[in-house]
Amino acid sequence: MTTSTTPSAPTAVSAAGPRLRLTRFRDLTLVPVIVLLLVVGAFVDPVFLTPGNLTNVLQQQSALALVVLAEALILIAGKFDLSLESTVGMAPAITVLLIPAASGGMGLLAIPICLLIGAAIGAFNGFLILKFQLSAFVVTLAMLIVVHGLHLGLTGGKSLFELPESLLYLGSATWLGLPAAIWIAGVLFAVGIVTLGYFRVGRSLYAIGGNADAARAAGIRVERVVWTVFIIGGALAALAGILETGRLGGISANQGVGWIFMVFAAAVIGGVSMDGGKGTIFGALTGVLVIGLVENILTLKGVPGEWKQLVYGVIILVALMISRVAGGKAQD
Amino acid sequence: MKNHVEARNIVKRFGPTVALNGAGISIKEGDTHALVGRNGAGKSTLVSILTGLQRPDEGEVLFSGEAAPPLADRDAWRRRVACVYQKSTIIPELSVAENLFLNRQTAGGPIKWKALRARAREVLETYQVDIDADVLAGDLGVEQRQLVEIARALSFGATFIILDEPTAQLDGPAIERLFERMRALREQGVTMMFISHHLDEVYEICQSVSVFRDARHIRTAEVDDLPHDELVSAMTGEATATYTYRSRTAGTGVVLAAKGLSLTGRYEAVDLTVRSGEIVGLAGSGSSGKVGLAETLVGLRRPDKGVVSVNGTPIKDVPSALKAGLGFVPQDRHHEGFVPLLSIAENATIPIAHKLGRFGFVSPASRRARAVEMIKDLDIKTEGPDQPVGDLSGGNAQKVVLARALADDPKALVVINPTAGVDVKAKQSLLGAVEDAVERGAGAVLVSDELDDLRVCDRVLVMFHGRVVKDVPRGWSDHELVAVMEGIEQ
Repeated sequence: MTTSTTPSAPTAVSAAGPRLRLTRFRDLTLVPVIVLLLVVGAFVDPVFLTPGNLTNVLQQQSALALVVLAEALILIAGKFDLSLESTVGMAPAITVLLIPAASGGMGLLAIPICLLIGAAIGAFNGFLILKFQLSAFVVTLAMLIVVHGLHLGLTGGKSLFELPESLLYLGSATWLGLPAAIWIAGVLFAVGIVTLGYFRVGRSLYAIGGNADAARAAGIRVERVVWTVFIIGGALAALAGILETGRLGGISANQGVGWIFMVFAAAVIGGVSMDGGKGTIFGALTGVLVIGLVENILTLKGVPGEWKQLVYGVIILVALMISRVAGGKAQD
Repeated sequence: MKNHVEARNIVKRFGPTVALNGAGISIKEGDTHALVGRNGAGKSTLVSILTGLQRPDEGEVLFSGEAAPPLADRDAWRRRVACVYQKSTIIPELSVAENLFLNRQTAGGPIKWKALRARAREVLETYQVDIDADVLAGDLGVEQRQLVEIARALSFGATFIILDEPTAQLDGPAIERLFERMRALREQGVTMMFISHHLDEVYEICQSVSVFRDARHIRTAEVDDLPHDELVSAMTGEATATYTYRSRTAGTGVVLAAKGLSLTGRYEAVDLTVRSGEIVGLAGSGSSGKVGLAETLVGLRRPDKGVVSVNGTPIKDVPSALKAGLGFVPQDRHHEGFVPLLSIAENATIPIAHKLGRFGFVSPASRRARAVEMIKDLDIKTEGPDQPVGDLSGGNAQKVVLARALADDPKALVVINPTAGVDVKAKQSLLGAVEDAVERGAGAVLVSDELDDLRVCDRVLVMFHGRVVKDVPRGWSDHELVAVMEGIEQ
């Protein structure tokens, strides 16, 4: 160990090339799956590869994608949030109750208020998990029920159709020929990728998820960062709720219900570890795309609704196996 | 010489427990200073106070005569004191380069990965660590990770470094390399505080030593002025005779036998017979294959070739080995030894649960009674049989693991590194318990990295690169055995 350091330096440099490419490659394990799905889709239905259909897929997935982004951040930091799916429905619903459609100029406040509600739910989760030192799994499982319960109780279980204009805008507008939702999801993913790849705060999520004690010893304010991540997660889920509301033109009592399974599936097949500290935002994005394409192909193929669930599950398992084989390491 | 580091009258309480009670330490500039004490003496608490991770309730810490910086200013602390903690602070999912510059990848703005890797290579080169900066830290071995930690610690510019039990997980040659590095650092003027349970290491590498006991500072002395016996009695608070090894004669019955055992990459063509009433030691460096062999003897690993038999019954896995009358203490008690949340009683009686009741029912009363017996036999320091094993100190947890191994009165006993991370007194009662079992008629295999443990053995088999190269009878000298372990002599 102590001898011959100088001759070792060049070998270190030459080894950097291929290994680096390999780590990048790990991020791309789902790309072949996506290509395969595009090819299969093209054979299944000629409509599949048209820009109109693909735009449609992206728009349908943009709300789910934001929740996946939120969950990926939380998972990388070594925590868990199941309550995000309830926030998707509850935050816009409460906003509508606070600011009815006929409130005129107040309507502009709808989006900020909705985001604040989401952030508050995230902050409360963080409070219970960090200050009370409760298990994230159990806390957010309870919060999933509590938040959805609030939604049902306050709306009387009815769908809301009379909404302020501004709440509908983001989910239905078109910017530069593409739905605004796609732009929003795209920009936020780009911000996520850059932050987690190139900024100290972003890297600190990996340090915390990998070994919280080590992160603390390195001077990272672990509690503050994790709390912030929960708050951002809640706000992203609320934003997802806004996009979904605009796309559908109303808020059903079941908005967001059941999403969390897809969210975890997308994050995990995208390479984000349930144990924390591992995975990338880009990976999570490829996970969302796989899920979206599968769903679209099933619809085009006219698979009856009753069978969709099964096909869905099987395809997720296959994607997991492919990414496991391509990624090399055992998945947690 | 000036004092580089000083802690005065430190008091630290955790709820009702007093971890440090008016303790202090002062370390001269350029010294390598040992901190010794039994488990629970307050060493770890002192480390976290000296590194600024915890605030003392009373007392002060001085660096080169100046008051320590405020706790929130991590960077200021890290410029003054570096620490290689007992628990690894390497993040396995990140690259070596990023681990070196954790939370200081950039002064501000985006991280420039190429420049970061270059800086990492520079640091590794400065401290002569021959490791590729781009590999994932999780892919490194224990020794390499430790080198990365040392390089990282020093790269902050600190000239005082704390090494908290750095040798606990290293094998002989790696420890030697670590000591070489420590000597080189000392020549460069670095002050060090070294914590270890191995007193011979203290005598080898340190100039001065402080002894802690029961949350207090007991004694500080130059190593040369403090004989081994006095050091031990300062630690234990009583004059202890050094452990006396009992003599005995082996019986004739073979309780554990292995014939033509081979496992690719671990060991080759090993024959072994253990008779009742004898202890056979297995010695060798970390790569000698001794642990792999021992794990095969208990059924944890399946050999490519050869057969292991316990009491004449060939075994194929752990349950069959246990059924044939084998008891064992695994290498890593935390991973394989006990279930931390379960009580002492439950942990210790797992193998005899079927004898404590009928039809799968386990009688809590008889379980408790057995556990109380075990606690007495092995002198386990505990509140009672219902205390979770996870709450016990290392030595006492290890006693529970040994109690479990002995629960069914085994005919053959395999014990792997029983005294790792265990203090002097616990060590003696662990070895004593093994000797007791052998006197009751068992035959034992004792695998250890520590020469002192191996002295209880009637003979020691030395392994080198997967082969048993020598069968050494009792009465060997350290030098003799080490020479064979390192492959210098046969």
